[in-house]
Parts: sequence; C-alpha cells; structure tokens
Amino acid sequence: MATKLEELGGVGVRLHRREDDRFVRGKGQYLDDIKLPGMLHMEILRSPYAHARIRSVDTSRAKALPGVVAVLTGQDLAAHNLAWMPTLSGDTQAVLATDKVRFQGQEVAAVVAESPYVAKDAVQLIEVDYEPLPVVVDPRKALEPGAPLVRDDKPGQTTNHIYHWEAGDREATERAFREADRVVTLETHYPRCHPAPLECCGCIADVNPATGKATVYMTTQAPHAVRTVFALVTGYPEHQIRIVSPDIGGGFGNKVPVYPGYVVATAASLLLGRPVKWVEDRTGNLTSTGYARDFHMKGELALKGDRIVGLRVRVLGDHGAFYADAQPTKFKIGLFHIVSGSYDIPAAFCEADGAYTNKAPGGVAYRCSFRVTEASFLIERLVQTAAYELGVDPAEFRRRNFIRRDQFPYRSAFGWVYDSGDYHRALDLALEKLGYARWRREQEEARRQGRLLGIGIASFTEIVGAGPSHTFDILGLKMFDSAELRVHPTGKAVLKLGTRTQGQGHETTYAQIVATELGIPARDVEVQEGDTDHTPYGLGTYASRSTPTSGAAAAVVARRLREKARKIAAHLLEVSEDDLEWETGRFYVRGSPDRFKTIQDVALAAYTNFPQGLEPGLEDVCYYDPPNLTFPFGTYAVVVEVDRGTGQWRPLQVVAVDDCGVRINPMIVEGQIMGGLCEGYGIAAMQLITFDEQGNCIGSNFLDYLLPTAWETPRFELYETVTPSPHHPLGAKGVGESATVGSPAAYVNAVIDALAHAGVRNIDMPLTPDRVRAALESVGLAE
Amino acid sequence: MEHRITVTVNGVPYTAEVEPRLLLVHFLRETLNLTGTHIGCDTTSCGACAVLLDGLPIKSCTFLAVQADGHSVTTVEGLARDGHLHPIQQGFKEEHGLQCGFCTPGMMLVAKALLEENPDPTEEQIRWAISGNLCRCTGYQNIVKAIQWAARRLREPAPAGR
Ligand code: FES
Ligand code: FES
Repeated sequence: MATKLEELGGVGVRLHRREDDRFVRGKGQYLDDIKLPGMLHMEILRSPYAHARIRSVDTSRAKALPGVVAVLTGQDLAAHNLAWMPTLSGDTQAVLATDKVRFQGQEVAAVVAESPYVAKDAVQLIEVDYEPLPVVVDPRKALEPGAPLVRDDKPGQTTNHIYHWEAGDREATERAFREADRVVTLETHYPRCHPAPLECCGCIADVNPATGKATVYMTTQAPHAVRTVFALVTGYPEHQIRIVSPDIGGGFGNKVPVYPGYVVATAASLLLGRPVKWVEDRTGNLTSTGYARDFHMKGELALKGDRIVGLRVRVLGDHGAFYADAQPTKFKIGLFHIVSGSYDIPAAFCEADGAYTNKAPGGVAYRCSFRVTEASFLIERLVQTAAYELGVDPAEFRRRNFIRRDQFPYRSAFGWVYDSGDYHRALDLALEKLGYARWRREQEEARRQGRLLGIGIASFTEIVGAGPSHTFDILGLKMFDSAELRVHPTGKAVLKLGTRTQGQGHETTYAQIVATELGIPARDVEVQEGDTDHTPYGLGTYASRSTPTSGAAAAVVARRLREKARKIAAHLLEVSEDDLEWETGRFYVRGSPDRFKTIQDVALAAYTNFPQGLEPGLEDVCYYDPPNLTFPFGTYAVVVEVDRGTGQWRPLQVVAVDDCGVRINPMIVEGQIMGGLCEGYGIAAMQLITFDEQGNCIGSNFLDYLLPTAWETPRFELYETVTPSPHHPLGAKGVGESATVGSPAAYVNAVIDALAHAGVRNIDMPLTPDRVRAALESVGLAE
Repeated sequence: MEHRITVTVNGVPYTAEVEPRLLLVHFLRETLNLTGTHIGCDTTSCGACAVLLDGLPIKSCTFLAVQADGHSVTTVEGLARDGHLHPIQQGFKEEHGLQCGFCTPGMMLVAKALLEENPDPTEEQIRWAISGNLCRCTGYQNIVKAIQWAARRLREPAPAGR
C-alpha cells in the first residue's frame, strides 16, 4: 500500500514531472514561440575582427531596403547614454561598439525589420569601415609590456591587468612549504568552453507607448535581478518594467548575464512603439554570450610523509574584452577558494590575476557555482599527481587526507564552514561499485599485453546555495530567495518563487515540498516562476541555489501556513491549539484521532469560517536568507581505455556516488547527475572554444564546437549516500551541478592514469585525440 | 516571387504562398504556428528541428518549404491521437527522458521513425539513431530508456482500459 507521502507526491517520491505534459506535446512556450501583434524582428551585425577601430558605419543601404524599420548603431545608443552598460563584475561593456571592436562577434549595429529574413538581408548591407589593430588572445602575453591595450576606453587603464586577488594565509602557507619534505606541482589550463544550451538567447521587448509599461520576455535565469539592473541602468521606473522568463531551453549559466541584444531590442521597442523580437543564432550565441572557465592554474601541495600540509595556488584568468563574470560582488574569482576541496589542509593560499584579451566576455558559472569547477578540477588533479609522486595508490592517498566525518562542521583554511560530509563512505562505495581492485589487476594485465587502461577518481566537494546575505550579493542585491504560498478555498494552492527553472523540474519538486509540509497533494499545487509582476523577489536559478534557497523558503512558508491552519482547525474543532496533533494533511484532537480537520477543511474555513480576530485567507511569503552554504559531495570513478595509435580514449565504466543530502525527487536528482556527467565528459573530451593569433574564434558553431552525442556518451551507474545538511529545513543541499563540477577531473585522471607509469602527469583539456597522441609520443607509448 | 505549395502536416493539407528561400522549419513555426519544432543551430548539427517527411526524419532547418510541396510532414503536434499521448511521448514522461524539453520533439520524431523500421532496437541502435540530435540536459541515458519503454509498449500494447 502506498504511504501517505507517496499518495501526496511528497519529498522522496519519484514523481513524474508536471511540466512534461506540455513539452512532449510541443506545447511549451519558449521565447521564440511567442508572437505579439505588430511585432518587429531584430538582427545584430557582429564584428569580423577581434580588434579594430571603427572609422565609420554606413547604414544607408540597409535603411533603404523595403521592410526595414530602423537601423541602430553605437552612436545612436550613445545619444541616449546606452552605448555602454555595467557588467555583473562592476566593469563596463559595450552594447553596440562606438570607438572600436574588441572581440570577434562583438555587436556593432542592429537592424529592426518587418520580418526576420529582411532583417538578416539588411544586416549584410551595413558597411563598416574598420582599421584593424594588433590582437592579443593569450592572457600571459596580454600582461607583457607593450601588449595591445584592449580597454583604452577606461580612464587610467594603461595595461590589460584587471585585478589581483588573494585568499587564505600567505605566511602560514609559506611556512608549510618551507617545512615540507616534498612539494608537488601541477600546471594546467581549464579551457574556455561554452554552456551552449540547446536554445539560444533572445528576448521580445514590448514597450507600450500608451502606458509606458515595458514588458520584456527574456531567456533569463534571473528575471528579478534583471528588472532591477534595467531600472538602475536606464533610470526607467522599476514598477514599469516587467521581465517574463518563459519556458527556457536550458541555461547552464549562459542565461544569467544581461546581453547587449536585450538592451538594444528594448531601446528599439521604446523608440518605435512596437514589440521587437531578437533571437540570436548559434554563432552569435557561441561567439558573444557568456563563455566559461579559461583559467591558467598552477597548484602546489606541500607534503609531509603522505599528509598534505599546505596548498598554494596561482591563477591567471582570461576574461576577454570586458570583465563580466557573473559572481558575488565580494569575490574576484567567484568561490574558487573552495580549492582545498575534500581535504584537511591546515594552510592554504591562493592568488589570482585577471587579464583583458581580445575575446568574448563571460566568465559565467557553466553549470557551476562560481568557479568551484575550476577549483575542484585543480585539487583533484593535484591529489592524483601527489599520489604518483609518493608511489601511493590515489584512492588511498585521498583516504589519508580527507576531512573526517567527525570534523564537521569543518572550517577550511580559506574560512568556509563545510556543513556536513562523509567523504570516506562515498569513496568506498564508489570503489566497491566500480570493482576498483579488479580494475587495477586488469590494468596490470592489459599493460603486459600492450593495452592502456586507466582508472580515474574525483572526490569532489561543492559549495552551493549562494548565499547568506552577510557575504553574498550581486551588484548589491543580497542573494536570498523567496516563496509565496496561497491556498485557495477549495484546498488547491499556488506557489510562486523568485527562482526560474530551465529544465530542473521546479514545477514538480517545489510542489513536493508543499505536499510534505502541508499535506496538499503535489498535483494540487501550481508552481509559478519567472514573471516579475507575479512572483516574489529572488536572485534566480544558477549555482545550484534553487533548492538551498527557494526550496528552503517553500518549506518555511508552508510551515508558517500550517501554524495559521492550526488556529483555524482549533476554532473548527472547538479545542485549544495545544490539543491538536499534526499528521501530514490533517490536525486531530490528541487522544481522539477521529476528531480531525483536513488541510482542505481548514482552507475553506480560512475564507468562510475563521475565528474572529484572525486575518482571513491562507497565504504568506517567505524571504529565506540561508544561514550558510551547503556542501554537496561525492566520488566519481571512471575507467578508460586509451588507443595507442589514434590517441582516442573511451570510458569503459563510469560510477557516480553523489551525496546531495535529502533528495526531494530522486528521479530528477538522477537526471541532473546524468546530464552533468555527460557535460563533464564533453568538457574533458571535446568542448573547446579557442582562437587563432588574429582572434578568430574556433568553435563558433556546432561543427567546430563539439558536443557529446548519444553515441559517444558513456553509460552511467549512479549510487547515493545521504548526509543531510544540518541547516537546510529539509536537509537538502542542491545537485544541479555536482556532476559537471566533479566529473571532468575523473575523466582526465583516468586518461592520465593510463599513461602515468610512463611518466605522463598532465594533458590539458579537452583531451582530444591529437593531444593524447602527442602525450603518448612524448613517452614512447605511441603506436 | 512567391510559390504556391501544398503540404500535408499532421494529416491536414495546407496551401500557402511562400518565398522560395523559406525554410521548412519557418514554414511550420511561422506560417502554420506549429512551434513545437525548434531551432538550435545554424549548421544542421543539433536535430532540434527534426520532423518526419513522408515518415522519414529530416532536419527542417536545412530543407526548403517548397521542397515539401506535395509531401506529408509529421511534427510533434501530430504525435498524440484523440488527446492520448503516443507511446513515445509516454515513454519520455515515464523515464524522465526530458528536462528543458527543447530537444524533445526532434528526439521523439527520430525515435518514431526508428521504431517503425525496427520495433525492437538494441541500445546501440537507439544511440546511433539519435546521434544526430543533441541534448544538453539529460546525458541521453533516460532518452534511451524512454525509447525502450515506447518500443515495449508498441510491441505489447497496454491492456484495454489503461
Ligand atoms: S536547427 Fe539544428 S539541426 Fe536544425
Ligand atoms: S532536455 Fe534540454 S536539450 Fe534535451
């Protein structure tokens, strides 16, 4: 017999998704599916050069094309003080270029026309006279004296250096290194890659000339923050701005920033008094919108015996032409200083510098909580390197250095307080399920036969759920989130939140939280997000923050309603509140369980028969300011075979043990993990945005920027441990990104492990066949 | 110069005057307002736009509307019958074969063509069949399971009443 929670679709139930019904029928409403009466279409002209001065822009031929309504240039925007906009890291970014272009693909002009085809035709007719300038694409060269200056628009900016940033204790760390009996070093590049959600970015700006109301439908993960930013940047009154984020075809961090196209389309609608739709094409998406990573990293471990006693990290961040990282204000490289990972390291220090180059801006958290991905990758690669140098098995080396279960809550050398964890258990489970000992024997055997097998492990710790207001804000907006719950007279409910799903299944999981807390079946709870006129304020969905923030808010608001419901139930049953017991879905009189009122009875009474003096209705809102971050963790273990001839490698087995605390919907959690394991594989194996010396983007379309298909994507074996978060109301931690964060190191460690006996310690991602082949050749293993 | 074409979409014949350069995907989405067919790339790489032309999958972003003149096209909107989901649609729901849903219409149509040709495909055959369709969310494993679910259901229809 189904339990009460199963009947209700509560927390822990593998409930099928509510949102699927429209998506499988092709009835989702994504941005490009929306059509408004009188809508115009906008197309953007992009720069073919990575660095060039704009001598002139001639739009006359474009304007003359029938069907063209307007052509906008940077000068036109400058007249309205809109040619530049702020970035999420406090820098400025050109909306449409005025003085010069700084990366290939940069927005130069825009055409607004009656049809998208005409808009595309007209863009070809705009004539721009460029004077090409020397280009710098390598951040190391960008910091050399005499390098071409990217940001000559910024007063006082005489070099390409953006920031220097430090975290941890330099002195204690230097001491640890002096006293170490061995230092292990790894230098590696986490390459520039792009989240590439299947749906590109776009918007429809609809400024009503009669009312002045500006409604902007937008592919955004953070509609409320966008509204405020729009208001602050333009001076447009915030109550006159409505941002609607419709169904989103994947985001992965790519849909957090405000892009020039949004601003231009809104300006165009304001000027023309008609709705303007802009949908970028894939090349526009890959060449101009938020890339991720691009960190050159050097990590060092100080060892005493087989214990890690110190960690020192240097980072050089390549930020492209505008420093636009989407990250909390307080930090220059996000949460990178989680880089001590799962290990008990007494002293740690990290320093970073950022450089401008002639590349697209971005630095978005690609399925990642603000640079935790780069950090996790570095420490997991370093730990494996150290194990090789010591001649200790990499799994055993991890075990000896893990933070132990009894050390939680654990304060890291960088000051983070890890909420809970059991790293040994996750590792042991992963190794058992993989058959680690057996694979090690097979690896030996294969080597004797001249075949190369490798086993890679990554025991990651994430840091998600940003975040507590004392530390976390974006452009000053504190990173709380919200839930508003209203129970209707008939016991059905609507739950509105400040987050925005892009495929994570919020319409289902949030309803499950209400079902558990209030006993209203999940199917009776409608979840709404994404419309700033109709949902409470929140910072949006990214950095695995929805469950830790809005999920917590949903639980808290439901509990508040339960307390109000108790008053009404006491009134209905004519007993005192203290005489009532709650069991999911009903209050009953202690000692006589037959005398009860269901939550539905109470809901009706909240509108029809409430106690005098009590406010009618059954609704409330909660703004949840999390007391701490949450720290999901796990171990991924991968076996690969490397082809000595071609340099190709193939995963033979992928085992994932994830601990994200309490799972609200295990089916959805597993879906998130598998998606992340696939993206992690893509990043490790093939996804690369790179540039030639002239700054031409290689990886500007899906023929060059390779993404894993079903054919090469490995099969995944998933397991779990559950270590609840002690401070989250449900004990949940967030899971959307664990696998993208943790798995690249597992894949790379596996490939390196196949070559390690010959002395190979590093190959930079992506591990394309040519790079692996070169490594094989370098140690005489190539065939 | 506009061309007069007649295309049967989901069993209904439509006649329209179209520009010769109009892509089939735009004909479906803009002219017929069938927005379940999506666009994810410019290079025929992603399969978000996949539809069936006379029962076989094509990428409608690389096919002119005029080429479809006289042919029959099936889109995602044509999968359900009399309000009942097609087993492939059910399978995607049952096995959590979709997250953001953007790739789903193309995936399901390619799967439909596969199962019509091969009612009992192996996992390898399924993976090969959908390898022209990108999914950025699911990691494919549940898509494979969804298609297997549908294959079983199509081979052994559910007992009446379900
Ligand atoms: S839209 Fe990508 S293949 Fe057609
Ligand atoms: S479900 Fe999002 S692309 Fe497949």
